[in-house]
Amino acid sequence: MNNLLEVNNVVKKYRDFTALNNVSLHIPKGSVFGLLGPNGAGKTSLIRIINQITMPDSGSILLDGEALAPKHIAHIGYLPEERGLYKSMKVGEQVLYLAQLKGLSKSEARKRLKYWFEKFDISEWWGKKIEELSKGMAQKVQFIVTVLHQPKLLIFDEPFSGFDPINAQLIAKEILQLRDEGATIIFSTHRMESVEEMCDEIALIDRSNKILDGKLDDIKRNFRTHTFQVGLDTANAKEVKQKLKENFEVFPSNFKLLSDSLTLNVKLTEGNSANDLLSFLTSRGEVQHFVELIPSANEIFIQAVNKNSQKK
Amino acid sequence: MSKLKLIIQREFIAKVRNKSFIVMTFLSPLIMVGMGALIYFLTQKNEEKVKKIVYVDDSGMFLKEDFKDTKTTHYLDYTAIGIAETKKRVEAGNYYGVLLIPQQDSLELLAKSIEFYSKDSPGMSLMNSLESKIESKIRNEKLNKFGIDIKKIKASRIHTDIKMFNFSGEESSKLINGLKIGVGLIAGYLLMMFVIIYGTSVMRSVIEEKTSRIIEIIVSSVKPFQLMMGKILGNASAGLLQFFIWGIILFVITTVASSMFGVDIVEMQTARVPVDQIDAVKQVTAGDKGAVIIQEILKLPILKIFVLFIFYFLGGFMLYSSLFAAIGAAVDNETDTQQFMLPIMLPLILGVYVGFATVINDPHGSIAVLFSHIPFTSPIVMLMRVPFGVSWYELVISMALLLVTFVLMVWLAAKIYRVGILMYGKKPTYKDLYTWLKYKG
Repeated sequence: MNNLLEVNNVVKKYRDFTALNNVSLHIPKGSVFGLLGPNGAGKTSLIRIINQITMPDSGSILLDGEALAPKHIAHIGYLPEERGLYKSMKVGEQVLYLAQLKGLSKSEARKRLKYWFEKFDISEWWGKKIEELSKGMAQKVQFIVTVLHQPKLLIFDEPFSGFDPINAQLIAKEILQLRDEGATIIFSTHRMESVEEMCDEIALIDRSNKILDGKLDDIKRNFRTHTFQVGLDTANAKEVKQKLKENFEVFPSNFKLLSDSLTLNVKLTEGNSANDLLSFLTSRGEVQHFVELIPSANEIFIQAVNKNSQKK
Repeated sequence: MSKLKLIIQREFIAKVRNKSFIVMTFLSPLIMVGMGALIYFLTQKNEEKVKKIVYVDDSGMFLKEDFKDTKTTHYLDYTAIGIAETKKRVEAGNYYGVLLIPQQDSLELLAKSIEFYSKDSPGMSLMNSLESKIESKIRNEKLNKFGIDIKKIKASRIHTDIKMFNFSGEESSKLINGLKIGVGLIAGYLLMMFVIIYGTSVMRSVIEEKTSRIIEIIVSSVKPFQLMMGKILGNASAGLLQFFIWGIILFVITTVASSMFGVDIVEMQTARVPVDQIDAVKQVTAGDKGAVIIQEILKLPILKIFVLFIFYFLGGFMLYSSLFAAIGAAVDNETDTQQFMLPIMLPLILGVYVGFATVINDPHGSIAVLFSHIPFTSPIVMLMRVPFGVSWYELVISMALLLVTFVLMVWLAAKIYRVGILMYGKKPTYKDLYTWLKYKG
């Protein structure tokens, strides 16, 4: 069993609105799985179903090979996008309470809390009320609440919103460490730069449908355009450009090199390889720069969503 | 520890630690006793001021003894001074008013032409007493004209006092009836107050969880139904605690006050009892009024009242607080609750009014019986009836109906609650609530 979570053909409807249309996901153990999609795509509906806050109309969900049941609540940690804590309750009491609701004993919760409070250097907050803390401070407490019961499956919905870059970095580090310790992480966001950094696999949901999923590397491979960014130091730029156009597709490029070189984006055409392009270039001058343009997660996201909306 | 227990504990502690709870619990009994004493004191003071009333009797029919001075009213005969001059003096001086009795040919005419002038409009009790004085005088005059001996009429007057028993042979008096009314009304009213105070507290706590957005974390750990029940039970326990503390404080205060300051409990009690009950008290030998009162109170089924109060409080509170919880879940903030509050408050208020209006007259009348069975009013109305003795089968039916309705309402409210807690934005309409009821899972 390599998948920790399997979502099979899940459908969720609210009256005449379909929030999830036959969505299936397979989330491998020990991975960070990016659940991406524009606002209102159905991410939160899916997350709520996984958390057993709501039930799917049809379809099944397996956690570790078992049909999802109330006993699994203790194995799931959830950091919702819209988050908050009891404002007038003290930090320590509150975290203990929430940990106990997740099934931890009070003494065990207290022990683990000590570890986390020391790790984040926030032990002096124990007796403070949440309303006395800044937003960033409250977010740290919230993070601890999510991971304290050491769940197998962690669901973070936009975990970095509200954090300053330093704390966001800290949390990102913690999330990756949790993965290395064996946790499986669902990471829902529409901030693509963090996706590149964190995710092993992604699924893209748009307007209730899953439109794309798989390993991030594979997806990038599928979305590659075989376009190279080249910089060539040559005396005869015009002629080289002309010759290139006969064999390749050439687009202007405006990146800067230190020397005064010819810079172009060149797309391979049928029957050409990267080596063909490179040998052509070396025969005409000194190659300063030769890089394949790999589509960013952001570009893939925009492309896939646009393609999906054209289909409709 | 089970999750429900954890939630109940948290809600209870959150409620009990709240400053307003502490203030309410320890100050309000003092305030209640203080208010009672103040009202008693003020009513005494209010009547202490002596009213001077002047009369000008041109008919020559009335004697000084017809206008006997009382503690609070003194009568002065200004017949000799004349109407015009009297009016002037009364207006200028420190008098309450002037009664003009003109000369008339017949008694019928006289009865219709008596006038009273005063600076302020006089109270009903004063006018009643003046009218009854004049009526009895004129009646006596007429009787005289008819040749009837007034002494014989007076001698024929007799006072009856029917002794009341129930079939278990206990003698009941008018005094105890008054006490029963008092105990019943206070219990019913207290129950309404508790349901409203603690119901809105449940509602507020639901809204707080929604606005602080912690709700999503909680419902990913527990079922919404558990959370709702935990809230309701936690608040109910806080309510019971408050009730017990009040009971103890009131008991201590009254005991200490009556022994230390020699406060006349009898008079304080009778101040609240309708007029005809006062006679009953007065007939008791003046020496040990207090002992009689205590005896009478002890005759009330105190334990039964107490147990039923707890039952109906819990039943009524759960019935209503599940509705309050549903409202809290449906809205985003407290100002939006008003349109949904009215339909909940109506039956509560209706219960109190129906109770006040019917139970006093006839605790076993058909309306009182009906409303003590309708689950939305039964906690209040039945509690008012209980001191008068309600047959066990009525109690069983009423309690069973309350239980069934409570389960049904909690089930319905939980459906609205479950959907509502995750809904933000637009204030829902009744139609929205109805569609939420039909949502699956």
